[in-house]
Amino acid sequence: MAITLSASDAPSPPLSARLSPPQVWGIVLLAPYLLVFLAFVVYPVGYGLWLARQPASYVALYNDPIFARAAVNTLIFLVIGINIKMLIALFLSGFFAQQRPWIRWLSVIFILPWAVPSIPTILSVRFMLNPEWGVVNQLIFKFTGDDGPNWLNDPAVALAMAIGVHIWKSLPFWTLILLTGRLAISHDLYEASDVDGANWWQKFRYITWPSMQTLYITCTLLSMIWTLGDFNSVYLLTGGGPADLTHVLSTLGIRYLRLDQLSLAMASIVCAMPFVLPLVYFMMKRLSR
Amino acid sequence: MKLPTLREVGTEAKLLLIGIPVFIWTMIPIYHMFVFAISPKEDAFTGKLWPTHPTLHNFSIVFHQQHYFLRDFWIQFWNSTVIALAVGALTLFVATAAAFSISRLRVPGGRAVMNMALFTYFIPAAFLAVPMYRTMGSYGLLNNHWSLILAMVTIAAPYAIWVLKQASDKLPVELDEAATMDGATTLQLFRLVYVPLMMPSLVAVGTYAILLAWNEYLYAFLLLSKDTDITLPVALGNFLAADDSPWELLMTTGFIYALPPAAVYYAFKRYMVGGLTAGAVKS
Repeated sequence: MAITLSASDAPSPPLSARLSPPQVWGIVLLAPYLLVFLAFVVYPVGYGLWLARQPASYVALYNDPIFARAAVNTLIFLVIGINIKMLIALFLSGFFAQQRPWIRWLSVIFILPWAVPSIPTILSVRFMLNPEWGVVNQLIFKFTGDDGPNWLNDPAVALAMAIGVHIWKSLPFWTLILLTGRLAISHDLYEASDVDGANWWQKFRYITWPSMQTLYITCTLLSMIWTLGDFNSVYLLTGGGPADLTHVLSTLGIRYLRLDQLSLAMASIVCAMPFVLPLVYFMMKRLSR
Repeated sequence: MKLPTLREVGTEAKLLLIGIPVFIWTMIPIYHMFVFAISPKEDAFTGKLWPTHPTLHNFSIVFHQQHYFLRDFWIQFWNSTVIALAVGALTLFVATAAAFSISRLRVPGGRAVMNMALFTYFIPAAFLAVPMYRTMGSYGLLNNHWSLILAMVTIAAPYAIWVLKQASDKLPVELDEAATMDGATTLQLFRLVYVPLMMPSLVAVGTYAILLAWNEYLYAFLLLSKDTDITLPVALGNFLAADDSPWELLMTTGFIYALPPAAVYYAFKRYMVGGLTAGAVKS
């Protein structure tokens, strides 16, 4: 294409002699993104890494019990939370694949958590769980006469609630993606297996799963990367409390930033990189094919 | 009329047994927010599932800014709108130009730029927020709407470029060749052939960027701080600062804030599902 376009044989200045007009345009059109990328990705990341260069920050991080706790919480969030979410999504994608008018309507409602912004709904959950005025404890009091637990004051329960909020928000998205994967499977396979008298587990094991496993694993990894950056679920529900015991890495970085300990904030992010970069590399290999 | 067999009834019952909990689980936080929004102040804390005297009074308080926390409601609403639209427009401009350049003009190094963009897409946004905050400070953009706009363009553009590149790779090369044979310049090719053909993807990407910016909390709360500069989500978060904050007004404001993106989402669902979710994960 480049050859057909450089039609003019007239002598031209050195730059456009090496580049055809479309290529010049190509560089011009690419320039806005390159500028954004240089100014707001390359420079901040480079600056951040420079701030995180001192070994002293890592020693301080190592000695900060909040960091260790946040790292463990992040692992729980990713390994347990995401896998539960993806298993439910896999199960529900089978449910939504059923052809019923009411299930179609339900799928429209089901997408609501994904369609609405997370802040008001997280605050809504936070208020539901309020020990004194929240509706959950009000109902517990009405039916049992006892005061309900102080939900967000127990670090384990509070973290579980944050995971629950995260699942509530992003389950519809992953269910939808897995549903498109499921609907792409040829219907003939299921009909043939019906003739052979296969039960539902055999259908899942030998038809559904083999054609969905790559998609499922990709989704799980992608969800893990994104969840690392899920600041809202934890910050707006628990604020990292009680006693900074429910922080995850994303809220911890912001906590250090607010305390003006920028080198600690960057060091905590650098510590996450050995886990993030292999996942990112894997995803890039898959997406840039 | 044919009666359903016992087996069919059983299947339907099993489906309902899944469907009803799914419905309740989905609706609880939204319904809770809605009940608060239509409850008068004294009813709000009684834990009733439906208020005895539903009212729209809370909405009137919010719209007339009749509370300390709400005195800048309309200007914050305006801020959210302007920032979201600016992010949508700028992302579209930057991403369409880049995708055209990489996919159609095959600019040297285009593939490398695509990979760098994808890399940015996968770096969790909360991690980039820390150095971004400092950078905006050194550019002197803190507390300026441009800081949030540019930060959100940075976050939205990589995925936008990727989606647009996937879509434009599918357009036949012959199209460009035919247009250039007819004497179209590169700019005419872009304006008269490329953009019209890419319309569905452009709508999807623009909607994606607008929703991303409207919904953003973390960056907005880091980069903006003055009461008349902040966006609605930050204002909602500020309610938490006081213990005696008026929850029924917070829920009302949250409800109003959540309506536009939900409406946009459902209006453009066709484009969103086709253009975005299918592209999000290739199997």
